This record gives sequence, structure tokens and C-alpha cells, in this order.
Amino acid sequence: MLQHAESVTLQAGLFAQLLDVLKNDGYRLIGPRVRNGAVVYDDIANVNDLPRGISDEQSPGRYRIASSGSDRMFDYVVGPTSWKRFLYPPRRKLWEATRDDRGAWQPEPAADECQATAFIGVRACEISAIRILDRVLNESAYPDSAYAKRRRATFILAVGCAVPAATCFCTSVGGGPSPEADFDIALTELGTGDSHRFVLRAGSETGRGALRRLTDHLSLKPTALQATSEADQRAVDEQVRRSVGQITAVPAMGRAREILGASLRSDHWETVADRCLSCANCTMACPTCFCVDVEDVTDLTGTHAERWQQWDSCFTLSHSYLHGGSVRKTTASRYRQWLTHKLDTWHDQFGTSGCVGCGRCITWCPAGIDIRDELATLDSEVSEEAKAT
Amino acid sequence: MGKDAMVPATMRVRRRIQETADTFTLELEPDAGTFVFEPGQFNQLYVFGVGEVPISISGDAARPSVLVHTIRDVGTVTHALSKLRKGDTVGVRGPYGRGWPMEEARGKDVILAAGGIGLAPLRPSIRHVLANRDDYERVVIFYGARTPEDMLYPKELIKWRSRLDAKVSVTVDRADRSWHGNVGVITQLVSAARTNPSNTIAMVCGPEIMMHYMQIHLARLGVPDEAIFVSMERNMKCAIGRCGHCQYGGDFICRDGPVFAFSEIARRFRVRAL
Ligand SMILES: Cc1cc2nc3c(=O)[nH]c(=O)nc-3n(C[C@H](O)[C@H](O)[C@H](O)COP(=O)(O)OP(=O)(O)OC[C@H]3O[C@@H](n4cnc5c(N)ncnc54)[C@H](O)[C@@H]3O)c2cc1C
Ligand code: SF4
Ligand code: FES
Repeated sequence: MLQHAESVTLQAGLFAQLLDVLKNDGYRLIGPRVRNGAVVYDDIANVNDLPRGISDEQSPGRYRIASSGSDRMFDYVVGPTSWKRFLYPPRRKLWEATRDDRGAWQPEPAADECQATAFIGVRACEISAIRILDRVLNESAYPDSAYAKRRRATFILAVGCAVPAATCFCTSVGGGPSPEADFDIALTELGTGDSHRFVLRAGSETGRGALRRLTDHLSLKPTALQATSEADQRAVDEQVRRSVGQITAVPAMGRAREILGASLRSDHWETVADRCLSCANCTMACPTCFCVDVEDVTDLTGTHAERWQQWDSCFTLSHSYLHGGSVRKTTASRYRQWLTHKLDTWHDQFGTSGCVGCGRCITWCPAGIDIRDELATLDSEVSEEAKAT
Repeated sequence: MGKDAMVPATMRVRRRIQETADTFTLELEPDAGTFVFEPGQFNQLYVFGVGEVPISISGDAARPSVLVHTIRDVGTVTHALSKLRKGDTVGVRGPYGRGWPMEEARGKDVILAAGGIGLAPLRPSIRHVLANRDDYERVVIFYGARTPEDMLYPKELIKWRSRLDAKVSVTVDRADRSWHGNVGVITQLVSAARTNPSNTIAMVCGPEIMMHYMQIHLARLGVPDEAIFVSMERNMKCAIGRCGHCQYGGDFICRDGPVFAFSEIARRFRVRAL
């Protein structure tokens, strides 16, 4: 029976075994761990690295982790890192070349070491973000081969959110707190103490294979892993309902395209610019922002050149630089570019919004600028203008 | 695909021509023997260790055995390009972008209007029209430069002017007494176009401010926005829709442009700092 179950329930104490299976399958494990007062994604050695008993409090411009006093492992939500860091690294060598005595040179594409990697604890909004990166970087006329390679080598262990943050709004951008597709295994954490358990659901052949190996691994302890009972399934559904209920709806998100399309000349951009520091934190924290710059470096002899690619932000002056000066000289024009691209013109470019509702740009903005409020203000401006005409 | 599109091919400089005080032409030997492109498309040119910039292809699309770029020395990379000599190696990626509407213009009156270095991106289109003259009705070429000394391709301009089947008007912003031609902005030439506005295609290439006024004057003649084409410029780091730098509203200029029908961008063209 168990051999064929699509969904199994694992005693929490044996979660380590699931990580072992992935490690034995050759995956590097990257998952959540506490660093400098935040839950970040980084290499993890084993289950002890996970943020057990940690929750987070988030609001515009504010992030705190707290001890939840429980033994649960996934009661935080998203932190400052996103999976983009591992799929599309902040800095990467594109190619290099050495010039010979006669001045000739040939570019050599940079060797790109890429290890099979399991992402542990991927949230539903983060799966949406990865899907958007796939669109941008992979499903284009010129696919990024390094991204494609990393993406293919990625195992996604997703987790449903039990405790959304006040900054979460996935439900207003077509998502929700529960992973629905595009994962290898999705888990839901239930209960605490003796009843602490995980419901695991395979979402791909690779995921099914891993669950099979987990089953073999645990075959000596039949009670540790069981086909998910109806009661557990109900508990999962109940948890999803509860989470959805905790997330504040942002009605204007559904009209973002019309609102922003009508706001190019709004004075409100100046008002936001009074607060915005143009620090680019929002774009660095965003799981979908994809702008990159290139940098050319040479060695001291001048015979060896390298071309590097690194994350860039539309909040920098150099982003829009043309000989003679930047196109977007003011913070107002840069903030307009960012928000309009994210919520409106992204659709023209990629047939999807660029926003997944993770709230990182809200939490990590030092000025506490909340895109939900900015959009609502523009919305009321636009509808007042409509009334006036 | 093999090699990633961010890795350039290398080509040798075959000839370097000084066009004006600050503008020069590089003729490159295509690594593959030929380099096929459409008028209005551009390449990313890379100078060893210095950087890479977008430069339009300004040669003849009917002569793909040589790759021609005309470049104004304005900054770091273009200056390094100006230092290249015969035999030097350049990195080339391309051709990229959507070019001038040569097909759409067939059977119509054609206005080709360039300001300054804008004549370089438009030259392949002018050469194509003149070489296939029977495919087009009335042909009008307008060119505006800062001074007579800044005029690009003067010999070619004279050749074009000597043709009886094309109207060529040139103007400069300022000149000394030795200049006997027009002085003033390019838009003052437009009223003399005498094309049939409902059967005209206009291709306009120059600074944004020049394209702005040209559109106003062409619209006054009755040329609809759908028939006015402009070539847009934004910072470019990849030219393949990946780096985000060339965004212009919902378009990537590198991929969806650089040439746009004015009607496609009319709503945003006059929005400042977009
Ligand atoms: C589609 C397209 C076609 C072009 N065709 C030509 C041409 O045929 N001939 C010609 O002389 N010039 C052309 N340009 C402009 C040319 O790309 C810039 O003059 C050049 O990038 C300036 O680089 P620089 O390093 O010399 O100047 P700097 O002022 O030192 O610029 C620093 C960097 O900013 C970026 N940058 C600066 N100005 C521009 C610009 N106008 N456009 C895009 N990026 C810029 C580049 O990455 C450049 O390396 C074209 C631009 C575009 C977008
Ligand atoms: S919105 Fe906030 S995070 Fe983004 S650039 Fe402005 S101050 Fe920085
Ligand atoms: S130049 Fe990079 S997206 Fe157009």
C-alpha cells in the first residue's frame, strides 16, 4: 500500500531521513537557517541547521525573528534571501580571453560548475517566482544556458505556509500559501511534540523516486511513515484555509495594470520619492528582479580580459545611462519604472506579472514603503480623475 | 545553440576611415565570410578589456562580405574603438533587433530623415531604396548636421543628390560664409517633401528631440503615426532581452526595436524620463 501512496505522513523526528535521502541522491542542500537575526537560505548540513522554534514578525521596514517556543521548523515565512541567488548568482563570469603577441584573442566561455542542488523549504510564492525566472531567462529567443543548467539540476522541496506574515499578499496576485505545482515534494507541517508530523506529497517523478527511497530507508519502522490518513488530509486543508484567512487582501492588485497604465504622469511618484532612498534594497530582495550589468576586468599585464555579469537595479543612475546623462535622473522616475515594470509592463514582456506577493520589498525597504499602499493611492487618484471627467 | 549568446565572435578590422573630427568608420571582416543583416539592425561591439556598446550596422545589406560600422567617439568604449587599426580584433555579437520597414515601404513614397550620427543607421535603408528604386514611389532624403564639417558621408550625399529620381535636402545648424546650403533645423525641410501623405512611409533617425519635432511636422503633412518609424536608444548591456537595461515601457528596445512605428510608442514617447 505504502509503496504507491501519493501522499505520506512522516513523524517529525524522522525528517532528518528525508534530508539523508536527498544527500544520498547527490544533492547539495540549501535551506533556511538563522544568520545575523534573520532566516536566510544557505548550505545546510543536516536537520539541526533548520530554524526550529523560530518565527518571524514582518511589517513595512521591519523584520524580527522570535522564538516560538515550539519544536516546529517552518513557522517563519520568507526572509531577505531568495532562491534567485542560487539559480542566477549575484556575480558570474561570462567569458575570458587572452591576447597573443599579435593582438589576436578568442573568448572562452567560463566553465560553469553546477552541482545538483535541493532547495529545502520553498514557499508557494517562491515557486511562482522561479516559474517567472524560467520565463525570463529560459523561455526566450536567447535562453541563458547557465540558468537552464542550474534549473535542471534543482530539486524543489516545497513547504506550505502555516503562519503568513503581515506583509504577505500572495492571494491577491493569483497565488496562495499552499504549493500547487512545479515542486518535487511538497510538505505540510502539522502538530507539535508527539503529534509533530509532516505530510509529504510528490509532485514529479524525481519526487516520487525520493519518496520511494525514503520508504525503503524506513522500511524497518513501518509506523514512522504511513499513507496520509483522511484526518491528516483534513488537517492539511484546514491549515491552508486558516493561512488564507490570515492574509490581507489587496483589491487594487487585480487592477494594477489599468492603475499604473493611467499613472505615468501622476504627481504621486514625487511623493513616494520624498521617502524612497533609491537604495535598491527592494530590487535585491525581490525574487524576480532580473536586471544585470556587465563588468570588464583585465589583469595588470593587460593581456587577460574577463567579462563578468552581476545583479543590477533600476534604482541606480547607471542603469539608464546614455552618453550625456541618465534617462531616469530622479528617484520619482526610477520608482515609477520599478513599480510599473513589476506590476504592469512585465505582462507585455512575459505574459505574467512580475510580482508574487512575497512582501520582501515591503519588509526590507528601510523607508517602510509599502507597494500595496502606493498602488491603493494611485488607484484612488485614477478613479477620482475618472469621476472628474 | 551551443555557445551562449553573450559570448562574442571575433573579427578583424579591415579598414578604418576617419569620417569627421569625431566620427570614424570601421570595416570588419566577417568571421564566417559573410554577415547578413537587415537595414536598421545593430551589433554589440566589444573592445578587449574595455567594454561593449550597441552600434548600428551602416553598410550595405546587399554586400554582406564586409561589416561596416560608423561610430562617434563620445566616451570610453567608442574612444577605444576609435583607436583600433587595420588587423586589430573586435568582439561582435549580432545582428540584433527589428530594423526599418523596407517591405512595408514598397510601392510607397519614402521619406528618409536623419539627424547627425543618425545617418549611419539609416544608410543601409537609403542604399536599399536607391538600389531597388523601382520598388518605391517618390524618394525623399533629409539630412541635418551640426556644421558642414560634421556631415557624414559627404561624397555619398553628393552622389545621392546627383540622382534625378530622389530628392535630397541637407541642412546644418550653423555654418560660416563658405557654406551655400540650408541653415536651420531639419524640420523646415519637411514641407517640401511633396509626398502623398496617405501613401508615405517615413523613417526617422536622430536624437529624441529631433524625432519629436519630425513627428509633429510629418503629422501636420498628414502622415499617420502608423507610417512614421523612429529608432529608439536606451542603455544596453545584453541586446538579447536579458539585462533589463533597454526597457521602454513594455518593450525591450534591443528585442522589440530599435525601430518602432510611432503609433506603437505614441502614448509614452512624450512621457519624461521613461
Ligand atoms: C540601437 C543603438 C544603435 C546605436 N548605433 C550607433 C551608431 O551607429 N553609431 C554610434 O556612434 N553610436 C550608436 N549608438 C550609441 C552608442 O551605443 C553610444 O554612443 C555608446 O554606447 C557610448 O559608449 P561609450 O562607452 O563610448 O560612452 P560613455 O559615455 O563612456 O558610456 C558608458 C556606457 O554607457 C552606455 N551608453 C552610453 N551611451 C549610450 C547610448 N547612447 N546607447 C546605449 N548605451 C549607451 C554604454 O554601455 C557605455 O559603455 C547606438 C545606440 C543604440 C542603443
Ligand atoms: S522603495 Fe525602499 S527599498 Fe526600494 S529603493 Fe526605495 S527606499 Fe530602497
Ligand atoms: S539590452 Fe539587455 S534587455 Fe535589451
